[in-house]
Amino acid sequence: MTVPAERAVRGFMMPRPANGTAGSVLAVSGPGRAQDGSPEAGADRETGAAGPGGDDWEQLPADALVDLDEEGKALRMSSILEQLDSEFVGLAPVKERVREIAALLLIDRLRGRYALSSSRPSLHMCFTGSPGTGKTTMAMRMGELLAELGYLRQGQLVTATRDDLVGQYVGHTAPKTKEVLKRAMGGVLLIDEAYYLYRPENERDYGQEAIEILLQFMEAHRDDLVIILAGYKERMDVFFRSNPGMASRIGHHIDFPDFSLCDLVQIAERLLKQEQYRLSPQATEAFREYIALRMQQPRFSNARSIRNAIDRLRLRQAGRLVAAGGRISRTDLIEISDADVRGSRVFSDTAVRPPKSPDHPDQTA
Amino acid sequence: MRITQGTFSYLPDLSTDEIRAQVQYAIDQGWSVAVEFTDDPHPRNVLWEMWGLPMFEISDASAAMHEVTACAAAWPDHYIRVSAYDSALGRQTTALSFIVHRPDHEPGFRLDRQEASDRRIRYSLHAYATDKPSGERYGSRNGQRGGA
Repeated sequence: MTVPAERAVRGFMMPRPANGTAGSVLAVSGPGRAQDGSPEAGADRETGAAGPGGDDWEQLPADALVDLDEEGKALRMSSILEQLDSEFVGLAPVKERVREIAALLLIDRLRGRYALSSSRPSLHMCFTGSPGTGKTTMAMRMGELLAELGYLRQGQLVTATRDDLVGQYVGHTAPKTKEVLKRAMGGVLLIDEAYYLYRPENERDYGQEAIEILLQFMEAHRDDLVIILAGYKERMDVFFRSNPGMASRIGHHIDFPDFSLCDLVQIAERLLKQEQYRLSPQATEAFREYIALRMQQPRFSNARSIRNAIDRLRLRQAGRLVAAGGRISRTDLIEISDADVRGSRVFSDTAVRPPKSPDHPDQTA
Repeated sequence: MRITQGTFSYLPDLSTDEIRAQVQYAIDQGWSVAVEFTDDPHPRNVLWEMWGLPMFEISDASAAMHEVTACAAAWPDHYIRVSAYDSALGRQTTALSFIVHRPDHEPGFRLDRQEASDRRIRYSLHAYATDKPSGERYGSRNGQRGGA
């Protein structure tokens, strides 16, 4: 920043960045990292790469060939992507995008070895989709994922809503927004329901100020943080229409599709397994029917509805066991029976329109 | 005369990446990082002006570096230091403090002798820089910016 390069001592030992893998990958992520663009940053990067990290960072002659598979293995790329695949059901467009980002990292790395330019792409994202399609969950995972891929140094997630960004009086908004942005640096800032930031009906609303600061940081600190906006599609479209600068600064607009019946059944199985419950064979069949019926009903919110349904299954199972009394086994505690599933109001109400009932807390949520 | 205060002060000036690594170390220790500046170089001047609030919940050094850069842009002719406060019970003190930016030209100090009673002599340090009012101390005098 202020220090002439020749005054820096080359042999001076520095603690390595906490995240060893990310650090070594970052060392090759190209000139985008030299934040202030001063010549010493480049010099230091070279010494850093030659340091104890043991990076295979040597320039290749222009006619050399490199093995893509070999390089991908070095970055543990396939294992990271497989993990993503196994963790999330469905969500094909999201997985596809992450795969592309990972591929770009690999290619950039190789381009760097041929001394071709490789700047970091803009990774700001916008997740849109129906309720319960995994937008927030994916955003949380995205931080870790990008850190594992070496695009972020820390990968922590900071969630913010309008409350956290917009102040209450003149001059309050800017420090508040900056504070949140600083906390998110090195990781992901998730702004849930971002369209609340902009209130067109009130022209003195401070939300506009928060948006301006966000835009400024998105541009100036694209190497330091990734901003993810999440929300429902229609309202997000309206938001972008009134803030075209925001839309154009976001490189990845990803729409989360609704889950199919198959996906939902799979999600239910995973949730049950996670909670260490099991459906009896008849109950499995009944639950599939339940999901199919529930999908037809209004205010169905995908995975969130499934999670709520499972909570209610547990309630009914507990009620049944306690009402029966007597001695029970471990299996009884684990297994959810046909009757527990069939007890749902979704089955009894199929003929008539289901009223808003306390049996479905997610309907009001 | 080069001011030596705080950690690393007898080393050559740290580069941006070295500062970043030190700040990251402080953050990883759970210390809160603050940026401070002054144009009074006296060694007993320990309370410097604060550049914004201490940063309590940051997890990456780039946030602090952003503030350091902003502070240096606003006060190019001041000393700027980064201090890290350890709030752990039993310590509760500044754990690390080092200068990250200094004026190009540092005129140094004069030794003042004061005659006291009974021919006793009192000594004190007088910084030449403080002959001027605060805010004008380092900037205008040396037009040979960058030649240091």
